[in-house]
Amino acid sequence: MTALKFLLILCMGFASTSDSMADQVAVRVEPMSLQGPRPLSDQSKAAVIRDYLQAWHGFHAALEQNRPELLEADFVGTAKDKLSYTVQLQRKFAIQTQYHDRSHDLQIVFYSPDGMSVELTDKVVFDVQVVDHGKVITTQRESARYLIVLTPAEVRWRVRVFQSMPE
Amino acid sequence: MKSRSPFLLSGLAVAVAHLAFAQGAHMTLPRTVEAGSMFSIRSAGSGKATLYIVGPGQVLKRDVQLGEAILFPAGTLYNAGHYLAVLAGGSSTESNSFDVVPATTAANLSFLAKPSRLAVGLHDGITGAVYVFDAYHNLIDVPTPVSFELSTPAGTVQKRVVVTHEGAAWAALDSTAQQGKDRFVARIGDVPSTRIIEQVPGDPCGLKMNARQSGQRVQLVTDPVRDCSGNAVPDGTIVTFTEIYNGTQSTIDEPLKHGIAEVTMQVHAGAKLSVASGVVMGNQIGWNK
Repeated sequence: MTALKFLLILCMGFASTSDSMADQVAVRVEPMSLQGPRPLSDQSKAAVIRDYLQAWHGFHAALEQNRPELLEADFVGTAKDKLSYTVQLQRKFAIQTQYHDRSHDLQIVFYSPDGMSVELTDKVVFDVQVVDHGKVITTQRESARYLIVLTPAEVRWRVRVFQSMPE
Repeated sequence: MKSRSPFLLSGLAVAVAHLAFAQGAHMTLPRTVEAGSMFSIRSAGSGKATLYIVGPGQVLKRDVQLGEAILFPAGTLYNAGHYLAVLAGGSSTESNSFDVVPATTAANLSFLAKPSRLAVGLHDGITGAVYVFDAYHNLIDVPTPVSFELSTPAGTVQKRVVVTHEGAAWAALDSTAQQGKDRFVARIGDVPSTRIIEQVPGDPCGLKMNARQSGQRVQLVTDPVRDCSGNAVPDGTIVTFTEIYNGTQSTIDEPLKHGIAEVTMQVHAGAKLSVASGVVMGNQIGWNK
């Protein structure tokens, strides 16, 4: 892995029910700007990024289908609680939201000394569609800067903090 | 003229309709809202509409009266994130985005301290990492000073102050010279989070044995075994006594009891006797009796 920026175009076949919006996602990984004394191996870095991007699938699916159980594989702790709560509210209002990430610009910024958490930032461009009782209310292209904290689980990294901030 | 009037009237009607459309669902909203704080969205136009506020952290839906301010009391919207506000009235819809940002006051610390048990006297042997959250469990990304303090039962304190970056901070501290249970505290303002770190004696230091005749055998006894800081090495630690004679080596492993290790062994005249514990070598004695 060089220190230069590199561009990955990942062909990610979305398991989304909205096939029409399935598309490629551009993923750029910036060089690490790591605080902390512990080096992060290329293998761990690849696993963190893979699992984080995979989490977007669970996020899409859960909020589109209003099924909180679809968060189980990818989210844990606060992130899972908050997203599950959103699904509850969507059910209450008969709303569905369809999030489709178009591009990610990722940077790993912190690897805790004990190796038990990784933090990264992600400038995400995504489309969001709001559906009320089956009727599309709006579709917007948005961008946001996310702060993400992942922690290791049995066989993968799970998202513990999933929070966007003003750009 | 007569024939043109309907056209003009209809054109005017279209213009009015466009004006009504433009005003039908227009809103003004803040660019950012602090999590949990009161805010309002101003709407223009007349008639009824539905306001949606949609984000990964929360969803709100309200029936509103256009032309009135839409008030959101404190505590309504509290999960930080990027939100889309959609005002749908009749056939018109206006969308706009805004951000809910974390409150600036820290209320929760996620404090990871490692290890929970380690030997005394290790440089940077103890590490602590902190993520800083507000009262709504939003990660506070504003740089915030975090104090890390390690205090021994005797009152010795090591302190580091580290400013968070993207909501996280970490520090490494030395384990102290004395065994015991230390308090490792991360603190922001009056919000502390405490972990207990047990410091145990290190490897033996200056391991020394003495030998004396005991009947037909030789009794080997160590001095009280201590680490380099003077802490007693715990009972049960294995001490190895070795005799080397004429190219042959025989060893006896003995655990520490009451701080010392003691064996009685058959020793040949002219043998070399040595003592060790783990990788730490002690003294050697030439036995010529």
